[in-house]
Amino acid sequence: MRLLIEAKHLYRYYGKQCAVNDVSFTLEKGQVLGFLGANGAGKTTTMQLLCGNLAPSAGQIKINGFDLLAQPKQAKQHLGYLPDTPPLYRDLTVKEFLRYCGQLHGIPNNSLPQAIAYAVARCGLNDVTNRLIAHLSKGFQQRIGIAQAILHNPELIVLDEPTVGLDPLQIREIRTLIRELGQDHGVILSTHILSEVQESCSHVQIIHQGQLILTESVAGLNKVMDTGVLQITTRLAPDIQQLLAISGISAIETLSENQIKIHHSLTDNPIQQITETIIAAGWELQELSPVKKSMEDIFIALTQDNEL
Amino acid sequence: MMLAIAAREFKTLFLSPLAWTVLAVLQLILAYVFLTQVETFITLQPKLAGIENGPGLTDIVVPPLFGNAGIILLLVTPLLTMRLICEERRNKTLALLLSAPISSADIIIGKYLGLLGLLLLAVVLVTLMPLSLLTGGVLDFGKLFANLLALALLVSAFTSTGLYMSCVASHPVIAAMGTFGLLLLLWILDWTTGIKTQRSELFEYLSILRHFQNLQSGLISSVDVLYFVLFISGFLLLSIRRLNNDRLQK
Repeated sequence: MRLLIEAKHLYRYYGKQCAVNDVSFTLEKGQVLGFLGANGAGKTTTMQLLCGNLAPSAGQIKINGFDLLAQPKQAKQHLGYLPDTPPLYRDLTVKEFLRYCGQLHGIPNNSLPQAIAYAVARCGLNDVTNRLIAHLSKGFQQRIGIAQAILHNPELIVLDEPTVGLDPLQIREIRTLIRELGQDHGVILSTHILSEVQESCSHVQIIHQGQLILTESVAGLNKVMDTGVLQITTRLAPDIQQLLAISGISAIETLSENQIKIHHSLTDNPIQQITETIIAAGWELQELSPVKKSMEDIFIALTQDNEL
Repeated sequence: MMLAIAAREFKTLFLSPLAWTVLAVLQLILAYVFLTQVETFITLQPKLAGIENGPGLTDIVVPPLFGNAGIILLLVTPLLTMRLICEERRNKTLALLLSAPISSADIIIGKYLGLLGLLLLAVVLVTLMPLSLLTGGVLDFGKLFANLLALALLVSAFTSTGLYMSCVASHPVIAAMGTFGLLLLLWILDWTTGIKTQRSELFEYLSILRHFQNLQSGLISSVDVLYFVLFISGFLLLSIRRLNNDRLQK
């Protein structure tokens, strides 16, 4: 199968600071790849590298078989990109803007109306085609950004945080759209929201301080996330050292004198032992509740794996 | 695709009052200059008739008109060129152009041609004024053409400088200031040539004004035309390089 993206050993330095450090990955048609990372982890930089907006300090990127540096025109022909800020000309109407984007991507004039109609329908922009972009809400502007990225029917679509600033209903629509696009395109989507990846992606990559620390399918991710969090409130202050001694506990955060958060493994579940220890020590357990998994837990799980 | 960029640039200028204002102000001021020159000619006419090989209608009216147009455009061009690349970068719309299958050269030349379209339109409007004299007089078309060429080359040079400054600067006002400063410096560079002992051939060659005036006098020499061609292509190449460098470091 032909690889839509082939990125090999990418490095990117800003001065001395290394924003992307030895990142390699591939993407095939039909995959929706979620690029997950905290703010400043190097997501946007990686997206910019993929779309030719930034040159990598070292490494090679091939898009649909074309080297991005050696054959930029052919490579970019197969690329649709929505940057973190949608690149919109505010003094144009939606239709004029999409027309211009189409011309930039070399869509012939006679098939341009068709392409615009398709993108407009896909992104739900039918009611606003003749309005000025400056007068539209953030949600619509985001959708125009997506319409611009899918207009020329590229094989690879790169979306940098596509759901930022949208209301929950619009987020759901966009996620559905992304899943649909994933059927006959390759999609890369960057986000810092875990549930977004679980909902709309088939594969996931986690980037942390410029390095890829996980490349998995979404099913695999759930296995990797062998970590749970308990929030515990006691009446008397607990002895952290004593709790850390219990096997299966990976980290303890102290929220206040009487409140702690325990990160623990799920396969080797230590809840039983924790409660027993607390009761035996006489700290008077008042609350013990599991906390929903977050990005942090995955990071803790993954970064600790790496250290071991 | 280069033309698509040029066409959009040109149309966008007319979406805001900017282009209309520039054309209107330019036309108003130059119409005043034009009428003063015509008036001068009418007062001088009896005396001129007596001089053998004396200056004619074209000599009295056209060079001052085009010379003043050059000075006003020196002030106006930086304001038009300042937002070309700079604003795209600030509004983050440059990403659209950079991720499209077009080269940096396409972007730069497209932008250049788009804005040059407006300025050449202004030059054509200026030329219409002396042409209106044809209703009651005769013009030296060779001289008029030389002036037209001189002014067209001059605004092309101004625009290329402005475009480069817009690539370099981080803020449109800085781009405008830089362009204005550089152009004014090149404009006045040969002021030292008046003093015989301090003549510098290098400064004389670099001065825009000198080449402009040479062409204006009706002498279309390849030295002067080549100066402008080199000037324009030099700044366009620098702009393309600068835009390419954007990808390397930010």
